[in-house]
Order: sequence, then structure tokens, then C-alpha cells
Amino acid sequence: MASSIRLSVIANGSDMTQVTSSPIESLPPKRERIRTPMTEFIRKFRKQHLAVVAALFILALVIIAILAPWIVPFDPEEYFDYDRINQAPSALHWLGVDSLGRDIFSRIVMGTRISLAAGFISVALGAIVGTVLGLLAGYYEGWWERIVMRISDVLLAFPGILLAIGVIAVLGPSMVNVVIAVAVFSIPAFARLVRGNTLSLKNMTYIEAVRSIGASDFTILFKHILPGTISPILVYGTMRIGTSIITAASLSFIGLGAQPPTPEWGAMLNEARSDMVLAPHVAIFPSLAIFLTVLAFNLLGDGLRDALDPKIDRQ
Amino acid sequence: MFSYLVKRIIGMIPTLILVCVVVFLFVHMLPGDPARLAAGPEADAETVQNIRKELGLDLPLPQQFGHYLLNLSQGDLGTSLRTKRPVLAEIGARFMPTLILTLTSMVWSVIFGLVIGVVSAVWRNRWPDRLFMTLAVSGISFPPFALGMILIQIFAVNLGWLPSVGATSWQHYILPSITLGAAVAAIMARFTRASFVEVIQEDFVRTARAKGLSEKVVIVKHTLRNALIPVVTMMGLQFGFLLGGSIVVETVFGWPGMGTLLVDAVTARDYPVIQGLVLLFSFEFILINMIVDVLYGVINPTIRYR
Repeated sequence: MASSIRLSVIANGSDMTQVTSSPIESLPPKRERIRTPMTEFIRKFRKQHLAVVAALFILALVIIAILAPWIVPFDPEEYFDYDRINQAPSALHWLGVDSLGRDIFSRIVMGTRISLAAGFISVALGAIVGTVLGLLAGYYEGWWERIVMRISDVLLAFPGILLAIGVIAVLGPSMVNVVIAVAVFSIPAFARLVRGNTLSLKNMTYIEAVRSIGASDFTILFKHILPGTISPILVYGTMRIGTSIITAASLSFIGLGAQPPTPEWGAMLNEARSDMVLAPHVAIFPSLAIFLTVLAFNLLGDGLRDALDPKIDRQ
Repeated sequence: MFSYLVKRIIGMIPTLILVCVVVFLFVHMLPGDPARLAAGPEADAETVQNIRKELGLDLPLPQQFGHYLLNLSQGDLGTSLRTKRPVLAEIGARFMPTLILTLTSMVWSVIFGLVIGVVSAVWRNRWPDRLFMTLAVSGISFPPFALGMILIQIFAVNLGWLPSVGATSWQHYILPSITLGAAVAAIMARFTRASFVEVIQEDFVRTARAKGLSEKVVIVKHTLRNALIPVVTMMGLQFGFLLGGSIVVETVFGWPGMGTLLVDAVTARDYPVIQGLVLLFSFEFILINMIVDVLYGVINPTIRYR
């Protein structure tokens, strides 16, 4: 937490120092690119080779998810090849066939859509609500802050998946409810993160300057404090997507999320359990799909953190 | 130290009450009439009315909450809709297997995580660090249920070294405990490394080296203790993660614990059991957080005097 606060403070201040320190004596204008926080970020991010690969992989996944219905060679739910039940990968069925005769490749491609949507939507919802709550709690100290922080402490005190199961017990098992449940338990973490940053930013000189020219609280919060907390939100959010994908898959695996025959990766693994001995490939490919997707988000999150953290340069 | 302990315990009370309120309200948040749920779908209007009286659901909410707390203090968590047995008896038999599983997972994963984190920090950016951190990022990315299935396939089915389902001997604990602890070990390793790298660059570490102390003393005596402070907090948070993770891992291994009971109860819409389990899970978690807070005070004396 401490590092992320420092990070946002410097992200706001660094461009100013560079502008003022531009040398007066270097008379012949050098053809040097102007360094903005954005170009600095891109320069540092490019050095994180693993993170760049992860970002490209995620981009590919997003394209696959969007185009899934046109990519799949077979219908993921309605096509049954009864002659090739539990068959290993072949030229016809690239990742093999499951115990009901369905094409695993088609199901995994279709599942990309479900898992990515679950990860993105739940984290986006949690991040938006959490950020607004955190901004308000950090800016207006007092009873409002105490209530928000007490509730987030209690929510944080619950193991996330337990909270999700509680939400599902109320709303009933389905993928939409899983997304709601995962979003709910993402809120307190974002609220806490943003509140910490807001507390340190609101006492800085530039906020005092904005306030002294008569800006409204709304302008101060959303135009001047929010940009300063964007980078930690981005880093945390990226990592959070990975966690959310695992949680959603876990809930489907224990039968409380997507229901068969939906080609959700966790649900596919659950269906594969009974035939694990005969046909391990039925379980291995969905496992790999979850692992690689979550790994990509975690590596991207690591890379973003290193690229956005000004301390890294010194090490 | 004593006053600090008392302060911590008193600080727990509002959270406990809030948890009780939420769990109590849970039944009222459900779509439909709780009395109808308890009576079952075939019951006629009169039976539903009788059950409503019997459960005290016709009383005003605050009074109902009073009854709920009173029953709770007597260990009465209601009756399971599915088995018609007291919820406490249902949970009682499942409590120890889950607790032991979580504790064993916690112990090995914390030790492993700490050692790997320190080794990686001391040899940072060299090959042990790169190897361990690659393993760690894989560890947090691998879905635990998939890991469990693979471990069963290799060690129980192919090699036949360990049992796959049940909890009757100590061998039964090995595979579930590895599955449950893997992610925590990975998180602890990453976190310890980050904390250690930060402390190792502090001025007092340079001073310790400058006055001629051996590297071992610098690491063990000067760096470790300071680096441990955030790590202990992390440990408390991870325990919640383990409790939650146990729900999934227990399903994979057919473990006779609270996790499988919870999943079965949610599937069967057995609300009194869900209510009791959520309450117990939360109490356990709050208690562990308090223990971590106290540990925190032991490691870092300045906390005690705030």
C-alpha cells in the first residue's frame, strides 16, 4: 500500500520537475522527444518482455472471445460425435473429445468468452463502485468515512469465496450471479486502496491551488484526485481479473456457477472428473486454459506495477 | 501488553455484532417467505402459519433478532431442513477435519513461502530468484481444483502412494494440504521477497554491514525482523483465503469438512445450515485476525503503545 501511494504522488509531480529542469544553456534545440508520463510508461513497459508477451496474449484472447462463435469448428453444446467419445487430440478434434462426444477445442474457445467476460465485468463493477466510495471516504472524513470503512473491513473480513457463496445462496446458482458476487467482494479492496491515495493526495499543494481558485468538490475529486490514483487501480485491477477468473471457475467447478452444458472452464473440469483416469486430456486442456489466462493477467499486472513504480529505476 | 490484548478483544465486538446482524438478516434477504421455505413446497397455508409461529417469524424484526442472539448464546443454531438434525450437530462432526486441514496447509505454506521469499531477496535478480519467482507466479495462477485433480491422478491413481478421498489417516492430509497451501506459499514468497528487498536497502542495514557484521547476522538479525512486520499481516489475510479455498479443495477430495457441507447445503437450499456455517466461518476468521494483530504487537512493540 505504501509504495502505491508514493507511486501516485510521484506520477503527478515528475513531469513538472522535468519541465522546469530543461536546460537553458543548451541553445541548439536538440531533436529530443518530449518526455511525458505516458511516454515514460511506454518506455519502461517495453523493457518488461514477459509483460509485453502477456499483454499480446490477452489481446489475442479478447479477439478469440469476440470472434468465438465464428471460430469454433463444431457447436460447443449441441454437437455430439458418439464414435469418438473420450478420444485423444487428432486432426479432426484438435484438443480431443469429451465423455459426451463434444469437441473440446470448440468448448474451450467458447469458454474464453465466458471467463473473460466474468473477469472483466466483475472487476470493472467492483472497481467503479469501490473507487467512488474510496474517493468520498478519503475526501470527506467523518461519519461517512467511518461507516464505509467499517463495512469494507467486515466485507474484507469474509473470505471472498464464502461471501460469493452467500450471495449465490440468496440469488441462486448462475454465471450472472457469480459475476455479481465476485464484483461485491472486489468493492472493499478498491475502496481501501483509493481511500489511502485520496488521503495523501488531498493535502498536496496542487489540490490546495485548485480549491483556492474555487473549484467544486466534484471537480477536485474526479478531475484532480482521481487521475492520481489511476495507476494503482490499474495495477490492482489487472491482478484482480486473474483472481476473479479463478474464483468464477471455482464456483462453477463446485456446481454453484455456470451449469452444464455451458462450456465454462471450471464446469468443464467438474464434468471431466469422473473420466480423469480414462481420458486425462479432457481435464488437462481446460486447466491449461485457466492457468495460461490467469498467468497472463498476473504477469501483466507485475509488469504494469514495475513500469509505473518510479522506485524501480533506482534498483 | 495486557492492555493491548484487552483493547484488541474489545475492538472485535462491533465486527462480531455486525456479522451476527448480516447472518440473521440473510434469511430475510432470500426471495420468498422464510416460513414457506422451512415448511417445504408441498405444505398448505395452515402448516406454513404454524411454522411461522413456531419459528417466531411473526414477531417484529428486532425481537426476532433478540431471540436469535439468545438461541445463539445457548448454542442453538436451528435445525437442518434436509436432515432434521440440529445444525450444531451437523457442523460439529465437520469442524475438526477442516480446521486441521487449514492449519497444516498454513504451517507448511508459511514456512516454505518465507524461506523462498528470503532466498529470492538475498539472491535477487540471480537464478534462484528467477526460478522461485517463476514458480510463485505460476502458483498464484494455477486453479487449486485443477491442481488437486492432477495430484490425485499422479500420486493416488498412477503411483498409488497416497489415498485420494476421505480423512481417516495422516496420509489423507498430504494431497489436500499441498493443494490448499500452494497458492498461499506462492503469495507469501512474493510478498516476503518484496518486503525483504525494501528493508535490505534501508540505511540501518548499510550501517550494520559497515560496522563489520557478518552477512548472516545482517540478514537474520537486522533485516528479517523488520521485513516480517508486513508479512505477518499478510499471513492473517491468507488464513481467510485458506478457509475459503478449503471449500473448493474439500469438494475435490471428498473431504468430510465444513466446505463440502456448505456446498451441499447451498445446493439443497438448506438455509439454517448455510446460516450456521457462514457464522462459524466468520467467527473463526475474525478470531484469527485478532491473533495476528496480537502477534503483530509482539513483533513490533511500537504498535502496542498507539
